[in-house]
Amino acid sequence: MRTLLSVIFIMTFLATGYSQDLLPNSSIQGDFQTDFQYYFEDSLIGAPNVPEKLLSNGYLNLLFTNGNFNAGIRYENYQNVMQGFDPRYEGSGIAYRFAEYKHKDFEITVGNFYEQFGSGMVFRSYEERSLGIDNSVDGIRLKYKPFSGVYLKGFIGKQRFFFDKGPGIVRGIDGELSLNEFIPKLSTSKWRYTIGGSFVSKYQEDKDPIYKLPENVGSWAGRLSLTNGKIIFNTEYAHKINDPSTVNNLIYKDGEALLVNLGYTVKGFGLMLSAKRIDNMSYRSDRTATGNVLMINYLPALTNPHTYTLEAFYPYATQPNGEMGFQGQLSYKIDKGTLLGGKYGTYVALNYSRASSLDMQPINDTTLVMAKGTDGYTSDFFALGDELFFEDFNIEITHKFSSKVKAIGTYALISYNSDVIEGHTDGMFYANVGVLDLTYKVKPKKAIRFEMQHLWCKQDEGNWGMGMIEYSIAPKWFFAVLDNFNYGNPDKDKQLHYYMMSFGYTRNAGRISVSYGKQREGIICVGGVCRNVPASNGFLVSITSNF
Amino acid sequence: MKAIKFSLFLILLSIFSFVNAQEIPSLDIKNMDGSVYSTDSIVNGESPIIISFWATWCKPCVRELTSIAEVYDEWVEETGVRLVAISIDDQRTFNNVLPFVNGKDWPFDVYCDPNGDFKRAMSVNMVPHTFILDKDRKIVWQHTSFAEGGELELIELIRRLNDGEDISE
Repeated sequence: MRTLLSVIFIMTFLATGYSQDLLPNSSIQGDFQTDFQYYFEDSLIGAPNVPEKLLSNGYLNLLFTNGNFNAGIRYENYQNVMQGFDPRYEGSGIAYRFAEYKHKDFEITVGNFYEQFGSGMVFRSYEERSLGIDNSVDGIRLKYKPFSGVYLKGFIGKQRFFFDKGPGIVRGIDGELSLNEFIPKLSTSKWRYTIGGSFVSKYQEDKDPIYKLPENVGSWAGRLSLTNGKIIFNTEYAHKINDPSTVNNLIYKDGEALLVNLGYTVKGFGLMLSAKRIDNMSYRSDRTATGNVLMINYLPALTNPHTYTLEAFYPYATQPNGEMGFQGQLSYKIDKGTLLGGKYGTYVALNYSRASSLDMQPINDTTLVMAKGTDGYTSDFFALGDELFFEDFNIEITHKFSSKVKAIGTYALISYNSDVIEGHTDGMFYANVGVLDLTYKVKPKKAIRFEMQHLWCKQDEGNWGMGMIEYSIAPKWFFAVLDNFNYGNPDKDKQLHYYMMSFGYTRNAGRISVSYGKQREGIICVGGVCRNVPASNGFLVSITSNF
Repeated sequence: MKAIKFSLFLILLSIFSFVNAQEIPSLDIKNMDGSVYSTDSIVNGESPIIISFWATWCKPCVRELTSIAEVYDEWVEETGVRLVAISIDDQRTFNNVLPFVNGKDWPFDVYCDPNGDFKRAMSVNMVPHTFILDKDRKIVWQHTSFAEGGELELIELIRRLNDGEDISE
């Protein structure tokens, strides 16, 4: 705490009073977020007794800028860690600090940094606070543009592990070449060509008494992008040498991944088709790590991130040990003045996504697939496995009926393999979800919004129905009440109401929201990475601000 | 107790905030096709700029930008304002940003910040988060969240800014 206060003091000192003379172009800015939850035990919904009663997570970022020089810190406080986050965050301290200097085409960062190479399949460090993910690298990063259109990056460091660092050293280089900038002849071409490549490696000492494990694990990736504004094509292939780890059950097989996107788009129309193959690509700077920690790479899920509560009941998480994924997305605007477009036009979005297993064959007649200490399995690159992990077909229609009434209607058909995604043995869940979201503008800045949702499912907890009413006064206030009713639960004692009341007040970039009610146990996912949130009953207060 | 102290400290800190109107940071983000775009190119002559952070999966963001899209041509004609929408979609949904934006037929510029570099440099915690920049590209106002009709507030502020009023609170 003392260190923090002195850092803040020095930064304030630099940025205010004295800076007028000494550092005339300096500025300081920051943001903070703090969430408190007060918990009541509720055995009916499975909300556990929380001995502390009140738990809170808090974050404060400060950024100092003076011309080409930047520096920043983030203070984090978990007293104690809120339910649903990794309890190893407990405590407080400066979890992130960096200094950065830019000069023309050169940039150096010392301390913590976030970075992504290509699509992230060999390296991505990022912060996703809602999931409790922060795998920032603490080390040195260089960026350099030697010629027009040439972008080089290199780094070395160790990854954040709660208030400590992981055991492995990670280092990498990445180069990207934009041919249109690099070759003057192509500068006026309608087609844009970009190629890139990365190499990343990690070092971790081998102390295993049984197996001889590789101490240096290298991975590389190559990528290509072609586009003319209407046609979009991009692809990346990644390869990793054998990397036995807890996640892959210590198999010695190499890993690989391929991601391909092909799209066509013009004004009022967009189509995007994507395919991927992920094969044994969990890559962490500690081979014994599991969960959302010390991940070096990022494997995006090719599924639609749903935002309506009941549609988001059964979300998908990428299976790093192996999956084949496909996705097709279509966006279309029906012009205004037509029968279906009405006075304002209608938007239609269609999405289909599917993830299934790899085709895995034993390496020989006497070894089981994925047996510890072996090469694991063989797999035909283009063959699909038999097991469905997840499938989602959904449609969303947005229509404005008049200057006062707007509606969004969506319908989703979801197949969810709970055995694979959650590691349970409940089998497949098949859910149909319908949502109607109606907005009625009472006055230009006052509106009432109704959300009606229904989920049909014969497995798991059966049917759910949800209703919500929200009243907002732009730009400062909102009030909402909702009830989520599990009326179709096969267990009559669990046919429960999960009600929630909330309000929020926003003043510029400062916001406070307070909610009270019950929340079902569930999974929160962002970008195909998920965390489990236990059931809760209580007050939640969230405050965010910028300055 | 510690948590309460910490929050009180944060609240106090924000009240005594030492705001120097700041310029937007210079860094490389992306065009929707994945090529490099420098934030130095976010300019609009002597007229104001609105920067709006959003994501394809964020319903209030899409409502806000759709509301603005309907009146954007009139806004530009009346005030000369330029809106720049910054998508924070990460690699999972990044490739769908261009088809999504074209599907909506939005008339303003959209750029992408897939690993959150610009978002962090602007101290954006959550989306939607909207900034107004004056003719010198200094941030004079910012707001988080969107409620129906919020776009009316935004254009009102732009008009006052054009009239030479100080709109920072």
